Amino acid sequence: MEIVHVYTKLRGDFGRQCLFSDRPAELLVDVPPDPNLGLQFIQRSPRDQVLQACRDMSEHQVNTERFESESCGINHVEGGWPKDVNPQEMEQTIRFRKKVEKDEGYINSILQLGSVMEHCIRQNNAVDIYQDYFEDEDEVEENQESPSAKTINVFRDPNEVKRTVTGLSWHPDSGRKLAAAYSCLEFQKTSRDMSLDSYIWDIENPNRPEMTLKPASPLVCLDYNPKDPHTLVGGSYNGQIAYWDTRRGSQPVELSSVEHSHRDPVYKIIWLQSKTGTDVFSASTDGQVLWWDVRRLSEPSERLVLDPSREGRLDRALGAVSLEFESTMPTKFMVGTEQGVVVSCNRKAKTPLEKIVCTYDGHHGPVYALQRNPFFPKNFLTVGDWTARIWSEDIKESSIMWTKYQMSYLMDACWSPVRPSVFFTVKMDGVLDVWDILFKQNDPTLSLKVCDEALYSLRLQDNGRLVACGSQQGGATLLEICSGLSTLQKNEKTLLAAMFERETKREKILEARQREIRLKERSRSEQSREDDRGRDNADDLDQLITRAEKDFHSVVETELRRRRDQEDHEDRTNREKDVCEEKVEKDEAEIL
Amino acid sequence: MAEVEETLKRIEAHRGVIGTIVVNAEGIPIRTNLDNSTAVQYAGLLRNLTQLARSTVRDIDPQNDLTYLRVRSKKYEIMVAPENDFLLIVIQNPCE
Repeated sequence: MEIVHVYTKLRGDFGRQCLFSDRPAELLVDVPPDPNLGLQFIQRSPRDQVLQACRDMSEHQVNTERFESESCGINHVEGGWPKDVNPQEMEQTIRFRKKVEKDEGYINSILQLGSVMEHCIRQNNAVDIYQDYFEDEDEVEENQESPSAKTINVFRDPNEVKRTVTGLSWHPDSGRKLAAAYSCLEFQKTSRDMSLDSYIWDIENPNRPEMTLKPASPLVCLDYNPKDPHTLVGGSYNGQIAYWDTRRGSQPVELSSVEHSHRDPVYKIIWLQSKTGTDVFSASTDGQVLWWDVRRLSEPSERLVLDPSREGRLDRALGAVSLEFESTMPTKFMVGTEQGVVVSCNRKAKTPLEKIVCTYDGHHGPVYALQRNPFFPKNFLTVGDWTARIWSEDIKESSIMWTKYQMSYLMDACWSPVRPSVFFTVKMDGVLDVWDILFKQNDPTLSLKVCDEALYSLRLQDNGRLVACGSQQGGATLLEICSGLSTLQKNEKTLLAAMFERETKREKILEARQREIRLKERSRSEQSREDDRGRDNADDLDQLITRAEKDFHSVVETELRRRRDQEDHEDRTNREKDVCEEKVEKDEAEIL
Repeated sequence: MAEVEETLKRIEAHRGVIGTIVVNAEGIPIRTNLDNSTAVQYAGLLRNLTQLARSTVRDIDPQNDLTYLRVRSKKYEIMVAPENDFLLIVIQNPCE
């Protein structure tokens, strides 16, 4: 049966009838070609048009869904029992096992394996082949890198006429600043237009000094106050002491009066440990050591004349060229003199006679540097003539250790503040030597040629890595030492203490023997030559001196000849040796 | 048969030997003086290791073959000797 839906609508409801008609074509728009428009275009012929007679292709990239894979193992709990044997049942398993044991192959295999295995077992029982030897010894970490140092900066004297850097001092807090004292130490060689200034350099900026210090006379030495990093004190060429405060400008805040100061250049000035923190003491070649209070520089607070006969006579005094003071021993200090003698003094002595405790006579020339070992204050280092010597306070006859005679004069030395066995020296040929006495005693561990001219001063920063050395032409070079030489090695202190002990003991024994021999000699000679001694003494002395002179000259001549033959083209060596000879002859003249 | 027994007894009697296991081709411990579960564990694990060791040796040189494998650990030493299809495993504590 069909279901039909019928709509009914009256014809009249549809609306009006549409009547179509024809009409001719009508022109709506006619755009003629305009040749002027063609001028805006350039005809291009021929044209390259790429055509391809193939189907259009397109490129697509599709990333499929990731396929997750996982690897896992299955643990076979119970071995591969054959299908008929139930692993749970004891009987069946036992039966199976028995069957296998009867197998021919099984028997042979076991016999063979047995012998192999027995061999291994016996081996194990005999020797423990995996025994650990030396397992208690610690890993010895060898510092393989060879010692080295590299120059970081050179601070040159900005003036035209170059002066020598005679004194250096590091800023106590951070060591970011270096104060350098410039002066010309050569007698009467100062020119009129030589500048009197000394500078404070910031180590990052070698182009310009950070601050200028303008003394009345060139400074020979200066020192930062370890307690107050803004204040410095300097000793000048004319013997005056000047006190600066860097916050107050370049002019000295106070200057000592000329009448009461030294009469010779002040070679060393050091701040003292005191309650007020304003005490300094200075030494000069006029034979005096003066103590000052920086608040009142018009007059020294104390005076000591370095007279070895303890009479306080200035004409017999020894000229001082270096001072040493250690804040851990505030009552003692040492002075190094021009005559090669080191004088140890006690500040707190009641009478001036007792001030000078003892003298150490070791060098042939002025003792240019003197410093106690910061770790072993009983031992101190001196540098003078061509050697560096290490002394022990107890042994007064001679030093306990010394370097061999170097090629050129040693001008300054100091211990490393971090490594007790390392010290640095500078020489007149511009070489900086680093000595590590635990490592090598005959030669410096590291020898660096810093510059062509002589090096006059040396100062190490408190961290032990930075070294500043000053040269004759006014260049202060800043070097950084490799970490091997500036980090404390293990056992270093004990080893060095043992070394010093050993050397001290050796010297003591030698001293005792010398004394014995001398006693014997004296007792013998006293009996025989008692009356002749007075008269012949002078003659003997003269004869001895002339003989010594002659010997010396002949030795020097032969040596010179030998060297001239050997090193004909080493001009510099010859020149230097002349300087040394001059100095020695001068010293000899002084002795006479 | 008696020799086999005697050999195994001799091995077990050595100083420091903790245990012995004989494993067949299918990984079933045939003879052991340890308890079953331990023996089964050793058997399963060491068979794989021995196969790997043997294939390593033979890969490097096909003429070569594995004679025995020793695994030394902190507490004891495990020695495995493969032959044909059987494995002889001995656990020894080298007493020093």
